[in-house]
Amino acid sequence: MTTATTDILEQRSRRDARHERLFRWLLKACALLVLASLLGAAAATLWGGRDAFATFGWHFLVSSEWDPGNEVYGALVPVYGTLATSFIALLIAVPISFGIAVYLSEVAPAWLRTPVASAIELLAGIPSIIYGMWGLFIFAPFFAEHVKPWLTNNLGNQPDDGQLSWVAEHVPFVGKLFGSSYPFGASILVAGIVLAIMIIPFISSVMREVFQTVPTRLKESAYALGSSTWEVSWDIVLPYTRSAVIGGIFLGLGRALGETMAVTFVLGNAMQLSASLLDPGTSIASTIANQFSEAVGLQKSALMALAFLLFVVTFIVLLIARLMLRRLASKEGR
Amino acid sequence: MLTLRKLPVRLAAVATFAVASTFGVAAHATDITGAGSSFVYPVMSKWSAAYAEKTGNRLNYQSIGSGAGIAQIKEGTIDFGASDAPMKAEDLKKYGLGQFPIVVGGIVPVVNIAGVQAGQVKLDGATLADIFLGKIRNWNDPKIAALNAGLALPAGKITVVHRSDGSGTSFNFTNYLSKVSPEWASKVKFGTAVEWPTGVGGKGNEGVSQYVRQIKGSIGYVEYAYAVKNKISWVELKNAAGNIVSPTATSFAAAAATADWASAKDFNLIMTNAPGEQAWPITATTWMIMYKTPKNAGNSKVAFDFFKYALEHGQQAASELDYVPLPASLVSQIEAYWAAEFKH
Repeated sequence: MTTATTDILEQRSRRDARHERLFRWLLKACALLVLASLLGAAAATLWGGRDAFATFGWHFLVSSEWDPGNEVYGALVPVYGTLATSFIALLIAVPISFGIAVYLSEVAPAWLRTPVASAIELLAGIPSIIYGMWGLFIFAPFFAEHVKPWLTNNLGNQPDDGQLSWVAEHVPFVGKLFGSSYPFGASILVAGIVLAIMIIPFISSVMREVFQTVPTRLKESAYALGSSTWEVSWDIVLPYTRSAVIGGIFLGLGRALGETMAVTFVLGNAMQLSASLLDPGTSIASTIANQFSEAVGLQKSALMALAFLLFVVTFIVLLIARLMLRRLASKEGR
Repeated sequence: MLTLRKLPVRLAAVATFAVASTFGVAAHATDITGAGSSFVYPVMSKWSAAYAEKTGNRLNYQSIGSGAGIAQIKEGTIDFGASDAPMKAEDLKKYGLGQFPIVVGGIVPVVNIAGVQAGQVKLDGATLADIFLGKIRNWNDPKIAALNAGLALPAGKITVVHRSDGSGTSFNFTNYLSKVSPEWASKVKFGTAVEWPTGVGGKGNEGVSQYVRQIKGSIGYVEYAYAVKNKISWVELKNAAGNIVSPTATSFAAAAATADWASAKDFNLIMTNAPGEQAWPITATTWMIMYKTPKNAGNSKVAFDFFKYALEHGQQAASELDYVPLPASLVSQIEAYWAAEFKH
C-alpha cells in the first residue's frame, strides 16, 4: 500500500518535472524567437548594406548627399528627419497624454471613463495611411494657410515683409527654426504634429492603465493631508508609476521612429538639410518606402544600410531610456 | 502608377513569388505571369481582361516596379518583365533576353498659377531645366516672359514638385532634361530617382498632382492621364524641331513614329526629345523583356500571342486610358524582331 502510494507520487513528480521542463523550453523558444528575428533582421540589413558601408565608410553617416544620379549616398538628412519629427511628436504627445490619463483616472466622472478610454483605444487602431491622407489633404493645407504664415512672420528669419520680429532678432536659433520660403504645409513640424496625434493613443492608454494601479490608500492619504488633484497626480501617482510611464512613452517613440506611410505623405520628401522646422525633409522609413521598389545596385544597398541605421538609432534611443530609468531608480534610494 | 492600388498587388506579388520559387514556374500552361513597371499596369489589366475573355488564357501582371521586374525576369521566375527604362545591350546578351516597346504614354509639366488655364504657358526644354535646377525662381523671369509674349504671368515664387518615389515617370522626365540642358546632364543626370536640386516630393502621380493643386506657383510633372483627370493646367512645350506642341494623342504618336527605332538595336532608345515636327518631347514607353530561348516555351508562346493581340487589337483600350498605341510602322518592326530573335 505504502509502496504503491510512493510509486504513484514518484511517477507523478517525474511527470510534473517532465512537463515543467517542456514548459520551460517552450517559453525559452518563444523568447528566443524574438531575439532571433531581431538579430536576423539587423544582420540581414547590415549584410544588404555592406556595399554602401564599404563604399562610403563613416562618410555615409555624416554626408547629407543622396544622389542616385552620381551614386553618392549619405544618411544624414533622413536620420536627422527621423529624429527631429519623433522629438517634436514626443514634445507634443507626452504632456497631452499625461493630461488625458490624469483626467480619465482622477478627474472624470465614472460614467465617462470607459467610453473615452475605448475611444482612445480605437484611435490607436486607425491605420497610419489614414492619418497620412488626412495630413496631406486637410491638415497640411490648413497649416500652410493659417498657421505657417503666422509662424514665419512672427518667429522666422524670412518674414514676408522683410521685417524681423523681436523674437527672431533676439532669441538665438528661433529665427532659423521658423524661417521658410516654401509656401506649402508639408514639413518636419507638420510631420511631427501628425505623428504626435498618432502616438497619443498609445502613450495615454498605457498611462491611464498604470495610473489605475496606484493604491487608493496612497492617494486618499495625500488628499486627506490637503493635497490638490495636481499635487496628487504629480507627487504620488507619477512617481509610483514612473517606470511604466516611461515605458509607455518609449513605446510611442518607437512607433514614431519607424512610422512610414503617414510621414511619407506630410514630410515633403526633400533630400535637403535645413535648420528650419517649416521646410520639407525626409525620414529613414519614408526614404526606404519611396525608393526601394525601383532601386538597383548601390542605391538598394544604401537603402538597406539606412534600414540598419534605423535599428541602430532605435537601439540607442532605447538604451538612453534604460539609463535614464536606472538613474531615476538610484536617486530614489536617497 | 497608383500607389494605393499597388500595395495589395505588391503583397500578392511577394506571396506569388514565394510560391513560384518553391514550386517552380511549371504552373498551369495557360496562366502567364509578368511583372514590373507600374506605368503600364492599368492598360495591362485592361488588355489581359479582354484577352482572357477571348482566349481563356489568363495573364497575371504584377506592378512591382521596373527594377524588381528586371530582377525577376533575370531569375526566370516570371514569363516576361516590364521596364520603363530599356536594358543595356550587354545585359540583354548576358542573360539571353530581348526587349520591345508595347505602348506609349506622355508626361506633361503641370502648373498652378492663378488665372492660367491649361496650355497657356509655353516653355522650352532649357527653361524647364533651369526651373527644376532652381535657377529660375520666379514666374516673371525674363526667360519665361520671352516664351510667353502676350501672357502676363504674375510675380510669384516657383515651387518645384517632383516625384519622391523612384519611378519611370521621373526616369523619362529627367532623361529629357538631360538631353536639353548640359548642366542637368552633368550635375543631376537621369534615373528613376535623382538628387533634385530644389522642391518638394510627392508620392506617386497622385502625390504630385495633389501638391501642385495645393501650392500656388508650383510646377510639377505627371502622366498625361493624371493632368486630365485632376484638371491641372498643363504646359505647352517647344520640341526638338522648334515647334510649340500640346500634349495630345497625336503628338505622343508623332514622337513614337519619328524616333529612330530602325537603328536602335533591341529597341534600346529612349524617345524623349524626339525629332518629329509635331512630336511631344517627353514621351515614354515601357519595354517588355523576355527570354530569347524561353525555359517554358508554352507560356512564352501565349505571352507572344498576348502581345500580338495587344499591339494589333488593343489600341482602343489603350486610348481610353490615355495611352497611345504604337504606330503601325513600329508594330511591324517589333513583329519582325520577334521572328528574327525569339524562338517560339
